Amino acid sequence: MRINLKINGENYELEVEPRTLLVYAIRELAGLTGTHVGCDTSSCGACTVLIDGKAIKSCTLFAVQAQGSDITTVEGLAKDGELHPIQRSFKEKHGLQCGFCTPGMIMLACDILENETDLKEDNLRRLLKGNLCRCTGYQNIVDAISDASMVK
Amino acid sequence: MIPAPFEYYKANSTDEALKLIRDFGEEAKFLAGGQSLIPMMKVRFARPTKLIDISKVQELRYISLDGDYIKIGGLTTHRELEKSSIIIEKIPVLAHCAHEIADIQIRNVGTIGGSLAHADPSADYPPVVLALNAVIVAKSIAQEREIPINDFFLEAFTAELRPDELLVEIKIPVMKPNEKAAYIKIGHPATGFSVVNCAVKITLDKEKIEKARVAFGGFVTVPYLDEKVGEFLIGKPANIDTITQASELVAEGREVIGDYYADADYRRHLAKSVFVRVMKKALEI
Ligand SMILES: Cc1cc2nc3c(=O)[nH]c(=O)nc-3n(C[C@H](O)[C@H](O)[C@H](O)COP(=O)(O)OP(=O)(O)OC[C@H]3O[C@@H](n4cnc5c(N)ncnc54)[C@H](O)[C@@H]3O)c2cc1C
Ligand code: FES
Ligand code: FES
Repeated sequence: MRINLKINGENYELEVEPRTLLVYAIRELAGLTGTHVGCDTSSCGACTVLIDGKAIKSCTLFAVQAQGSDITTVEGLAKDGELHPIQRSFKEKHGLQCGFCTPGMIMLACDILENETDLKEDNLRRLLKGNLCRCTGYQNIVDAISDASMVK
Repeated sequence: MIPAPFEYYKANSTDEALKLIRDFGEEAKFLAGGQSLIPMMKVRFARPTKLIDISKVQELRYISLDGDYIKIGGLTTHRELEKSSIIIEKIPVLAHCAHEIADIQIRNVGTIGGSLAHADPSADYPPVVLALNAVIVAKSIAQEREIPINDFFLEAFTAELRPDELLVEIKIPVMKPNEKAAYIKIGHPATGFSVVNCAVKITLDKEKIEKARVAFGGFVTVPYLDEKVGEFLIGKPANIDTITQASELVAEGREVIGDYYADADYRRHLAKSVFVRVMKKALEI
């Protein structure tokens, strides 16, 4: 079936099966490989994108369901060559090592900074529960998000 | 991981969803948040040949105060519940429960109706809606009916819903000033699902307990209202001695699940101590 997805403000007309998961439509059909697949079992958060401003796991949603919504992936954050404030603080605070989990962490951070009020460290760590990082020990990720919240 | 093929139908209203399910029968399933169904389809535990997507049926997404009840539309998400000012003010224990579920991403999509229909014995809502004495409203093309929560959870992953019925609403009595409630879950560290969870709603008559609804999940195949514990509490002073004595009755005579992660004896012991903690939390002692 043909579907229309609006990703980062651009329209993509894609040919999918009903069972095509959103993350595969984004990566393999739209060619936006910034969104990663880690576990493929709804656990790691590497596939996190925003749908109408809310973080979701794109390995756990069918592409057809995202028609008519605004999808934002990590490629959609930087504007005119300027990094988004969250990207900048990940860079400055060394919030990544291998970078595999980073797009998911950043997209989740977008939702957190928009919708959560208690950003104290212990709560922030709890809010990051759906995203796994195998490298950093989380400390610098937490620092980066705290830092970005100050900018905001 | 790729689910088995299926035909996709999007319903734009409750009526449309109900007509589709009437025509398709048991080969079709509703797709709400998909946060239980899609993972099961990916590992092919579930292989529905037709999916009726109800995730955009806006008329089933609401939280409203109607007299003595809070009414919650079946498609209301966990995140909407956790953030709702009405829920936070009138039934804070439900906001806390919704917040305990999974993570932000799952809570943004997963729905209370989907969770209750799925009837996972380790889910967060069951003990809370049992303690709060909720009423489930289910609708088919032929009729609409109300199901008291005591009759709703039948078996593991089986609720009192017919295949052609949509869970359209959950009605919860508004808490009164002399009613105290609390919920605690001990989650598995990796999956987050409950090893044991417990919710209570206590009605106080000055220093004494007038009514008590105590409910458990996680360590039994069907979340249940522990009537033995509830009855014991009635008429007793709301203090630590009462709670300790009542804890001895938790799950008495019930079969308890044991597995690789937590054996049955451990879970039974844990249930007793979680009960004590929930009671102390509810009564603020
Ligand atoms: C990684 C992960 C962690 C999780 N952790 C937790 C946790 O800690 N605690 C917890 O409680 N849950 C947890 N969940 C489950 C989550 O809460 C789901 O959102 C919920 O169980 C199902 O809701 P849904 O809207 O996604 O339903 P779906 O997955 O869409 O549907 C589930 C089932 O219910 C049926 N159904 C859905 N809506 C209706 C309706 N209105 N009427 C009739 N039938 C309906 C569907 O046909 C399907 O059979 C977790 C899920 C994941 C993926
Ligand atoms: S790939 Fe989606 S949560 Fe891990
Ligand atoms: S930076 Fe390597 S997984 Fe997080």
